[in-house]
Amino acid sequence: MTVSKRFRWSAVLDHSILIMGALLMILPVVMLLQMASTTDVHTMKNGPGLVFGDQLPLNFQKAMFKADGFTGANTGVRMLYNSMILGFGFAIGKIVVGMMAAYAIVYFRLRFATLAFWVIFTTLLLPLEVRILPSYEIVQKLGMLNTYQGLIIPLIASATATFFFRQFFRAIPEELVEAARIDGAGPIKFFVDILVPLSRTMIAAMFIIMFIYGWNQYLWPTMITTDEGMYTLVRGIKQITQVNEGTNLPEYGRSNLLSIIAILPPVLIVIFFQRWFVKGLTESDK
Amino acid sequence: MAQVTLNNVRKVYPNGFEAVKPASFAINDGEFVVLVGPSGCGKSTMLRMIAGLEDISSGELNIGDRVVNDVDPADRDIAMVFQNYALYPHMTVAKNIGYGLKNRKIPADQIAAKVQEAATMLNLTEYLDRKPSQLSGGQRQRVAMGRAIVRDPSLFLFDEPLSNLDAKLRNQMRIEIKALQRRLGVTSVYVTHDQVEAMTMADRIIVMNGGVIEQIGTPSEVYHSPASTFVASFMGAPPMNLLNGHAAGGRVRVGDHDLHHHDQDRPLTVGIRPEDIVPDTTGPLQINVSLIEELGAHRLLHGTLQDQAITIHVGKDHPVTTGPIYAAVKPNAVSLFDVESGMRL
Ligand SMILES: Nc1ncnc2c1ncn2[C@@H]1O[C@H](COP(=O)(O)OP(=O)(O)OP(=O)(O)O)[C@@H](O)[C@H]1O
Ligand SMILES: [Mg+2]
Repeated sequence: MTVSKRFRWSAVLDHSILIMGALLMILPVVMLLQMASTTDVHTMKNGPGLVFGDQLPLNFQKAMFKADGFTGANTGVRMLYNSMILGFGFAIGKIVVGMMAAYAIVYFRLRFATLAFWVIFTTLLLPLEVRILPSYEIVQKLGMLNTYQGLIIPLIASATATFFFRQFFRAIPEELVEAARIDGAGPIKFFVDILVPLSRTMIAAMFIIMFIYGWNQYLWPTMITTDEGMYTLVRGIKQITQVNEGTNLPEYGRSNLLSIIAILPPVLIVIFFQRWFVKGLTESDK
Repeated sequence: MAQVTLNNVRKVYPNGFEAVKPASFAINDGEFVVLVGPSGCGKSTMLRMIAGLEDISSGELNIGDRVVNDVDPADRDIAMVFQNYALYPHMTVAKNIGYGLKNRKIPADQIAAKVQEAATMLNLTEYLDRKPSQLSGGQRQRVAMGRAIVRDPSLFLFDEPLSNLDAKLRNQMRIEIKALQRRLGVTSVYVTHDQVEAMTMADRIIVMNGGVIEQIGTPSEVYHSPASTFVASFMGAPPMNLLNGHAAGGRVRVGDHDLHHHDQDRPLTVGIRPEDIVPDTTGPLQINVSLIEELGAHRLLHGTLQDQAITIHVGKDHPVTTGPIYAAVKPNAVSLFDVESGMRL
């Protein structure tokens, strides 16, 4: 038995819209890849094009291991490592702090819990950019310039995470809390055994958002890290194009390849956690 | 096993609402007591005070020979089954059942053995590796039971555990719970607003209304000798007929019908169960039947006795018609209540 699919114009329309959207997203990446595969001279002369060259291995070598500046510490590998630390530290820190703050606010009879929550919430109006000078001063006085702690800790207090976890915890049925109390789970056991596993979808979602947020930080790392060994990718790429603005040719191949490398971890995180996220959403019922 | 004693136990919520007025009663060792009453009467509050989930505002609560007012729920040696099961969604059935034991630092092999034993008792062995979301309502309810029995507590507390099940399953689980409780002999307090559950499961029923205990008694006492018009109308479906009557010259009369004896001359409320009124062509009551409810095994006749609504229960073999019929009241089947207070006389 054959089923003949009827041809429909609407399907063509749907698909062309989708294909156009996909191209819009992919083309810049293809452009980066193209420029990373040719020599810098070629790119300088012809601009971005459609002809791929054979320079990818060489540019990869440069991107990962070449260093600028005096110390030679800011290789691509080093910057990738620094970015990873910032991304993970930032995301994990925000999740841990946000969860614990929300736990305190929702489950403990604190005198000013609601007030405390709204105070935390209003800090959304004070993003880093607004408080950057005092924050810098504090970090500097604590002697945390050019350290990972200095890079991460001032950023991990998170109204967003606290807010989302608070909403999530409030939706957990009271009965569950009471059953756990009768089952002899104290505050810490309840948090570790019940709340954390129940929140795993929320944690995954937060992790995606926060990791990318942390990974893309530019302003704060630029201020806190002057030591070349502490540069992150996002800031280092800028540095490469900047350094070479003088007499030399800009290193298009190297910086473009580094840009592609900089996109990869967030993409992988999204792909990896998305599966978790969907699985958690469909499986657990509170 | 334990006896539970309440001595003037009272609950005032922080907003000033007195949900349970001072209540005193004792539950015997191994007894199955059902707390019943309409929504909002304070049943759950009472149960939760016994569980330790709610502070006791004043009075004294004893479980066994301990005063437990300030004892943590985990240390009261109780187990509770909740209306919505309250299973941990991320744990398997086995983990759910064993969680309380794990927190009490019982060795893993002992936990496994006890979980197995409880699961066998409840026909859950094949589901031990499943998550609660992969179980039916009845099975979830069994897991909740398993979590309660596995700890060998001295007191079971149930808060409307069957209200989320369909009628058939509810009947089945009702019998299972009762049988299990008999077998284990654990003192139990069971909250429900379903008077059928109360009648069928209880050794003794506690009827509550508006934070006050209206009556404590065996199902038969509560049904046949209700302590107030509230109990009379709350227990039984259809409820007891409550008629305005008058006692004079030693006779209780409803309208011009002579029903009963009473010494004092006074107005009173006359209560008669629908099944205690029998159609009888020579009977003294003339009832005007306006509606017949067919229930298969029996029928309910709704009508009036001299402008007062009345319901009669008749067997399925009895021919019935709407319109006037004659009926008699079975001897000793009349309850008399004070008009003002509603209390039994
Ligand atoms: N936390 C609270 N603060 C103030 N009042 C409350 C609180 N919890 C319950 N109440 C009130 O106390 C009364 C008794 O509540 P309770 O939950 O004990 O009723 P219930 O008999 O279990 O009813 P249901 O059959 O609907 O479960 C209700 O009028 C309710 O509104
Ligand atoms: Mg209730």
